[in-house]
Amino acid sequence: MNAINEALDQAMEKDENVLLLGEDIAGGAGVPHLEENNEDAWGGVMGVTRGLMPKYGRERVIDTPISEMGYMGAAVGMAVTGLRPVPELMFNDFIGFAFDSILGQGSKMRYMFGGKAKVPMTVRTMHGAGASAAAQHSGSYYGMLGSIPGVKVVVPATPYDAKGLLLSSIEDDNLVIFSEDKTLYGTKGEVPEEYYTIPIGEADVKREGEDLTIVTIGKMLFVGLEVAEILEKDNVSVEVIDLRTVAPWDQKTVIESVKKTGRLIVIDEANPHNNTATDIASVISDKAFDYLDGPIKCICAPNTPVPFAINLEQLYIPDADKVLKEAAEIIDDLKA
Amino acid sequence: MAKKAKGMPKSVTNVESRFKELVDLEVRTSADTDVKDLTKDKAKDIYKNMEDIRNFEENVKRFFAAGEIPGFVHLYSGEEAIATGVCSHLSNDDYITSTHRGHGHCVAKGGDLKEMMAEIFGKSTGVGKGKGGSMHIADIDKGILGANGMVGGGFGIATGAAMRNKYKKNDRVVVCFFGDGAANEGLFHECLNMASIWSLPVVFVNENNLYAEATPQWYSSGSNTIAERAAAYNMPGVRVNGKDLVAVYDIAGEAIERARKGEGPTLIECVTYRQHGHFEGDEQLYKATTGEEKEWASVDPLNVFREYAIENGLLTEEELNQLREESKKDVEDAVTFAKESPMPEAEALYEDVFAD
Repeated sequence: MNAINEALDQAMEKDENVLLLGEDIAGGAGVPHLEENNEDAWGGVMGVTRGLMPKYGRERVIDTPISEMGYMGAAVGMAVTGLRPVPELMFNDFIGFAFDSILGQGSKMRYMFGGKAKVPMTVRTMHGAGASAAAQHSGSYYGMLGSIPGVKVVVPATPYDAKGLLLSSIEDDNLVIFSEDKTLYGTKGEVPEEYYTIPIGEADVKREGEDLTIVTIGKMLFVGLEVAEILEKDNVSVEVIDLRTVAPWDQKTVIESVKKTGRLIVIDEANPHNNTATDIASVISDKAFDYLDGPIKCICAPNTPVPFAINLEQLYIPDADKVLKEAAEIIDDLKA
Repeated sequence: MAKKAKGMPKSVTNVESRFKELVDLEVRTSADTDVKDLTKDKAKDIYKNMEDIRNFEENVKRFFAAGEIPGFVHLYSGEEAIATGVCSHLSNDDYITSTHRGHGHCVAKGGDLKEMMAEIFGKSTGVGKGKGGSMHIADIDKGILGANGMVGGGFGIATGAAMRNKYKKNDRVVVCFFGDGAANEGLFHECLNMASIWSLPVVFVNENNLYAEATPQWYSSGSNTIAERAAAYNMPGVRVNGKDLVAVYDIAGEAIERARKGEGPTLIECVTYRQHGHFEGDEQLYKATTGEEKEWASVDPLNVFREYAIENGLLTEEELNQLREESKKDVEDAVTFAKESPMPEAEALYEDVFAD
């Protein structure tokens, strides 16, 4: 969370065209004792943007009415006229209200206008189950958004990546969706203080291995690493790749890894159909089929909305047990 | 002064009388105005611009019918007084957002006739390299933030552009053109509300041509007029005769000036008539071809302005005719340019998705 806050702070410091807008990202707009750059302002429902309004003022940290459609559309208008807005869609589940701005407008403008427009905006949003937030506040829609031409989608897993990728997203001249897992806000990790960027579209090989490739998206990185540790005891060497960018995803790194290992598991918390995992499976079976020694396994959430009850929600989220069970066919092969 | 509202019963029992009521309801005309800055030169520009829109659309109609223009087209001719009347107050530094019926707005805002026509023909020399077409004409450098294939799609963009102007502390204004159909989109509410609370430099110009596709406004709007909805957002709302250029010019000038001075948004409802089908080829069986509707349909905004210009000694009939001929020539040149231009190269399919 601090990494994201620091990235926003540094981006705003660097470029006065960077503005934040969203619901309660400062909080208390119009409340007299919170107007004057007061440190007590909320800073978003999760506190991610806390402290930015006091530093940059309400002109640049804009509390909007509950109008996702309106302020997301306004962000497109700001971007196409030269600003670098960073609208926050509080939960990615609210995308229905804001969708035309992304699907119908922002993503297509450059193409429709013959390359004469730029839409440099970064939509920060929040996905993921595990917070007992139930079906309308817990979905993972980065894959769906990533299927739109003209949209880049970034899903960081670590604080280091969150900062560097958010700075890259804001610098990018295109519409970028930066999707944060709400259950990772408390993650601790090394984050350099200085301004740094991480290229969009480059996956990160978190652990090298020879026998099996596991590609993960966002929080699923930690599931992938857990599986790798478990399998290490069986002398199975697992390569874990954190995809980091869902659109455009790093085909080169994944293909190279599969050429080496011959086996692929993709772990994605999205619902199981037409998601990033299925896209990866499709591309790899097309471009690296001859290198595969077994079927590609996609380990995803079930094809259901996110349930509320704690036990059901835990069942919903892919974990190491689920990976080991559902991918037993290729894993048992390796153990033998 | 404006006529008193008559109010309307909810049930549609007599379309003809409802039509008359709708058109007459609290509508401002040139008789209510006191335009002082309409010089001879300005009147020339205005009439030439209206003629450009008319001739442009007549040619689009002709070449669409001939099968030379692909896709579908939504014609603006008949509504010229609105685009021209409003955009006459704007410079390249001001922005507009337009609609799917947007050729007129783009011509009025300074869009290049050749590049626009080539775009509609789907040619590589088009303003969008032939990749946007009729519904997506845009020219950011001229402040045209795009025609828009989404009904109501301009509200958010206009609001954001106005937020940008306000943040930059300049005196640039944004005009958001939208139809009576778009007034029933949710985005109308969200954006008028935001424009109001932040006192944004934007003018919302409603073109009430009385039909959203095949559905009349008197059926689809809970309020009698679009303009009266402004009260809910604490902004001025004015209803004006959209076929009367001078009336539109006058009220738009006031609203744009207000926005420039930082005094906030205005909602202007211009009552006009959709002279054509929703798209070309639409048989329009839902329209009445007699009575009040026919009478309103027969009012040509170009003739209304010609009469005004002659009566007020701004332009002579010969001058008006000469401008008409000049316009015909300009549009013919645009058609020739479009027809002679090459189709886009195959690689263009893949270009311009992302900025590098």
